[in-house]
Amino acid sequence: MKCRRCEKPAAIKMPRHNSAFCDLCFRDYLHKQVMKAISDQRMFEDGQPILVAVSGGKDSLVLWDILIKRGYPTVGLHLNLGIGEYSRISQAHVEKFARSRDLELIVQSYQDDYGLGVVDIAKETARPPCSACGTMKRHHFNRIAMEKGFAVVATGHNLDDEAARLLGNLLNWQIPYLKKQMPVLSDEGGKWARKVKPLYRLPEREIAAYAVLNQIDYIIEECPMSKGAKTFLYKEMLNRLEENSPGSKLQFYLGFLKERPSAFPQQIEAETQRCASCGQPCGGDLCGYCRLIQRVGAS
Amino acid sequence: MRIKLHHPAREVELQGPKPVLSILSKLGLSREAHLVICNDALVTEDTVISDEDCIEIRPVISGG
Repeated sequence: MKCRRCEKPAAIKMPRHNSAFCDLCFRDYLHKQVMKAISDQRMFEDGQPILVAVSGGKDSLVLWDILIKRGYPTVGLHLNLGIGEYSRISQAHVEKFARSRDLELIVQSYQDDYGLGVVDIAKETARPPCSACGTMKRHHFNRIAMEKGFAVVATGHNLDDEAARLLGNLLNWQIPYLKKQMPVLSDEGGKWARKVKPLYRLPEREIAAYAVLNQIDYIIEECPMSKGAKTFLYKEMLNRLEENSPGSKLQFYLGFLKERPSAFPQQIEAETQRCASCGQPCGGDLCGYCRLIQRVGAS
Repeated sequence: MRIKLHHPAREVELQGPKPVLSILSKLGLSREAHLVICNDALVTEDTVISDEDCIEIRPVISGG
């Protein structure tokens, strides 16, 4: 199999584009996809510092690699979730990546902050681990971004993540979540750091291929707490569709983004309140994170 | 050929030579959800893997 552009031996076949690329042409293609995402969604302004949330998995490390190579000023943020060996290996991958490229990295540990990791917090509060983890991550991303003066937080969510989330939201008719599902989440006039997902056009297979071709070491093991998560089933179903009809995932998600404004016309939202405890924007007196922490303290 | 698999980590043996696509098919693995690596290089699905080769089949799906 040969590269469609330069005729050299191909490194990856891409049925969704009816093509194959060699190592160099693939890197060029992938960078262009990320730059298109950033430009189409107006994610960053030139020179704006970006806080990159890095887990140690392929997506966030590839995102960081591309942002650096495209000349964006970045700082990495790693949250150690306190999930035993998995968290230890994840942090080691992030530190190795940052050290080898002389990059600034902020590491925050739940264990150091509370003496408890995500597993303990989920147990103490009887919340599903992925739900408690998501609540905690969102809080800390926003808190650290605001404290350190970053207006933008970039995460490694990819096309498969977004398409699977969309499928889940549709299957369960989660209208409030559908309204909010976008590659850019507003900063609501500076109340939050803006959340952006520059990899939303790229499937996991292409991101993992980029990691292999660029010698980016990442944690291959899955989070032990995510066993049985519905996301995996949705991704598997979408991949079966993709194999039979290449391009389905991108069409599904981009179609949603195109139709979203007419399906959910802009509404004037009720004024967001501030959490009485931490001051972050929320819908009630206390934000989800502070309610979680209160329940840990009470138990 | 020796094949390194993940989730859970294990090794299996298959008789070669075989193209990558038929190895994935034989093992019941989705080509959309896996990469195949031979001697630290990505290989495409038409690449023929010989009996002496050692390959890694790496899953690409993560929890999100």
